[in-house]
Amino acid sequence: MKGYLVKRIGYMLITLFIIVTATFFLMQLLPGTPFTNPEKLGAEQLAVLNAKYGLDQPVAIQYFHYLGNLVQGDLGYSFQHEGRTVTSMISTRIGPSAFIGLQALVIGAILGLILGIISALKHNSIFDYGSVALAVIGMSIPSFVFAALLQYYIGVKLEWLPVALWEGYSSTLLPSIALSVTVTATVARFIRSEMLEVLGQDYVITARAKGMRENQVIVKHVIRNALIPVVTMLGPLAVSIMTGTLVIEKIFSVPGLGEQFTLSILVLDYSVIMGITIFYSALFIFVVFVVDIIYGFLDPRINYKGEAT
Amino acid sequence: MERKIRAQALLLLMAFVLILSGCNFSSSDSGNSEGSKADGGEGEASQVLNISATADIPTLDSTKAHDGVAFTVLNNVNEGLYRQDENHQPIEALVTEHTENEDQTVHTFTLRESKWSNGDPVTAQDFEYAWKRVMKDASPYNFMFVTASIKNAEAIMNGEADADELGVKAIDEQTLEVTLESANPLLQSLLTFPTFLPQNQKFVEEQGDQYALEAENILFNGPFTLTDWTHEQGWNYEKNEDYWDAEAVKLDKINAFVVKDPTTGVNLYETNKVDRIELSSESVDQYKEDPNFDTILEPSMIFLRFNHTHPVLGNKNIRQAINMAIDKESLTDVILKDGSTALNGVVPKGFFQSPEGEDYRDLNGDFNTGSAEDAQKLWETGLKEAGVSDLTVSINISDSDDHKKVAEYLQAQLEDNLPGFKLEIKAVPFAQRLEIEKAIEYDLSLSSWGPDYSDPMTYLDMWVEGGSANRMDYHNPKLDELVNQARVETDLSKRFEMLLNIEKILLEEDAAIVPLYQDGTSILMREKIKGLIVHPTGASHTYKWASIEE
Repeated sequence: MKGYLVKRIGYMLITLFIIVTATFFLMQLLPGTPFTNPEKLGAEQLAVLNAKYGLDQPVAIQYFHYLGNLVQGDLGYSFQHEGRTVTSMISTRIGPSAFIGLQALVIGAILGLILGIISALKHNSIFDYGSVALAVIGMSIPSFVFAALLQYYIGVKLEWLPVALWEGYSSTLLPSIALSVTVTATVARFIRSEMLEVLGQDYVITARAKGMRENQVIVKHVIRNALIPVVTMLGPLAVSIMTGTLVIEKIFSVPGLGEQFTLSILVLDYSVIMGITIFYSALFIFVVFVVDIIYGFLDPRINYKGEAT
Repeated sequence: MERKIRAQALLLLMAFVLILSGCNFSSSDSGNSEGSKADGGEGEASQVLNISATADIPTLDSTKAHDGVAFTVLNNVNEGLYRQDENHQPIEALVTEHTENEDQTVHTFTLRESKWSNGDPVTAQDFEYAWKRVMKDASPYNFMFVTASIKNAEAIMNGEADADELGVKAIDEQTLEVTLESANPLLQSLLTFPTFLPQNQKFVEEQGDQYALEAENILFNGPFTLTDWTHEQGWNYEKNEDYWDAEAVKLDKINAFVVKDPTTGVNLYETNKVDRIELSSESVDQYKEDPNFDTILEPSMIFLRFNHTHPVLGNKNIRQAINMAIDKESLTDVILKDGSTALNGVVPKGFFQSPEGEDYRDLNGDFNTGSAEDAQKLWETGLKEAGVSDLTVSINISDSDDHKKVAEYLQAQLEDNLPGFKLEIKAVPFAQRLEIEKAIEYDLSLSSWGPDYSDPMTYLDMWVEGGSANRMDYHNPKLDELVNQARVETDLSKRFEMLLNIEKILLEEDAAIVPLYQDGTSILMREKIKGLIVHPTGASHTYKWASIEE
């Protein structure tokens, strides 16, 4: 296990390094300048600003300079928000995104599990068709449509929950619900198809044959085994949903990270693009790693000693 | 049965823990937001204004501010030498007396006694310090100092002089001396711009790199103070009781909320959370008849650049034909529907008056208007002169929805009305569009221009040879000369006449560009709000004289 961990962490660092390098050089290919007000910027002013921020130096030197700072944990300053560090921008904005995402994930996972399990157990019944239909609707209608509908009917018409803005717990509910729809649908579909497959396995028949009670068979054998692929999918889904989504955050005026990433690319805020990319990638790589570890606990067939069982 | 439920609950809990462990990164502030925000919004005929802002404040450092949101905040929490009145004309703010030498190059301003929010007096040194800071840091709006003809500004920008040599000097605490390269009739108007605000040197240096990052790290000397600024969410103003003209300020509190989606804005307005919002064109039809609906003319103009070195587009008849072949009214009223209006000149309507009080646009009228038949005649003549029988060119646009809509409309109009014309649309990201424009590697380019200051010159001097905003190899020595004359002409009536003639050269004589339309904004604002002033340039809003009357 120890050897495996060291090796894995080494690979993780190499992956991150490749991402940093690729992003850095690809970013340089984007036309334009990171400075504000490019419409009015003359050639002389541009030269002064480039010199001030070290952008007049060869890309290779800029790259090593950036790596040097990165190793020390310095992600630099934003070009658009004078004087603010990228670290502070990420740390203040990830909170709301993560909170809403986590809440959506919990709602979505619970609803999805319930729907999925019911439809698998009541295969080909009205419950099954109903929840499959719900899942298809949830998958195919984009979450911003739900967001707009929720905002209008629950916020404006019924006035049950705040329309938008970030003012206390009640304002986190609508965005979370809107986000959870996709999660619910995805989880439900996965659980259903996995459970159906597991129900036909030999070990389930064996368990039943040896007189195990049906409840125990379902919980101990079926659901546990059906969860493995769900965990694979849930990890990356968690990262993408918790790092924020542009549209939902915009619609509900949530001060999250999702919007910042898109914006920084549009205005070519080099240091913010790099900072958020690194943050996302690191998180993603880490979650994939955690998911792999969890496998070991869920599935006794997998072990990390590096030898086949 | 009971065991089954317990087992399932355990399973759900397990799933939850799994999820949690999958994302143990965030110890964050749990997103609790400062729930307190604004007690306003509800009832009481109190002097509280709730507004929406389209973005967070990028920076509150007046020497570095570069966008409408920051300019508006600075304009309402700080006070400079002059501020814009309801007609966007400069009125004395901290200045009590203004004298100038004979050739109008040395200006002496006497300041009134006033205080920063930390109790320090606002002095002439505060202006000298802030202005030199703009030049020293090569701030985004340093070119305003060149526009204002402040001595050595251009040399400093070009690296030929030191920032300390800028033509501004504090004679004593209450006296500021400003030296110009040459007389500049626009000086007072330019001084209303937030880049010319003062800063307290001691405070700025004390704060170091924390200066202006939060509401606590900045000083106020204007009609309001900023009591709270939560990044990406909003900020609150409170009346500044120490302001020199506090009697004139009626509002007690202003709450600004960052709302980036226009539909969300409408929903917040409907639920009484905010009192004033800007509408997107989709919502215009729905609210057109609402008594609180209004359309505001904006000073930015959208136009077509020609590559003047293009063998065919270099021909004036061709350019004129292209101009006439476009039905601009249908473009604004049918396609855009966002409050914009057709424009047949380079200076937009409604913002710039002659010394006699007449609108620039009314005085110069429309240029290059005509029917599709007129356009075809010019087109044929032009093609003959250029020695070709048809023309295929491309148009360089940004890949925004608006640009695409406009470009597709232009394509349809031009290909229908001008036989043998073919227009290819090349949509690229905004920054790239600009690069292509600056390198003049296009045939036609869809551009826009907003004013830097309240004077027609901001639309006219960009066309001089080699000007950084020319970007189309256009060159007419007559225009260049007239611009230079107008820059130093101190007789305002004569100067205005020159400004009118510059536009005539550009459009009547050369048809150098095709003006398309002038931007507009549709808003919803509750009727109880009075005296909220919207400016075309610099800071977009002044709340100093605003009030709530129910």
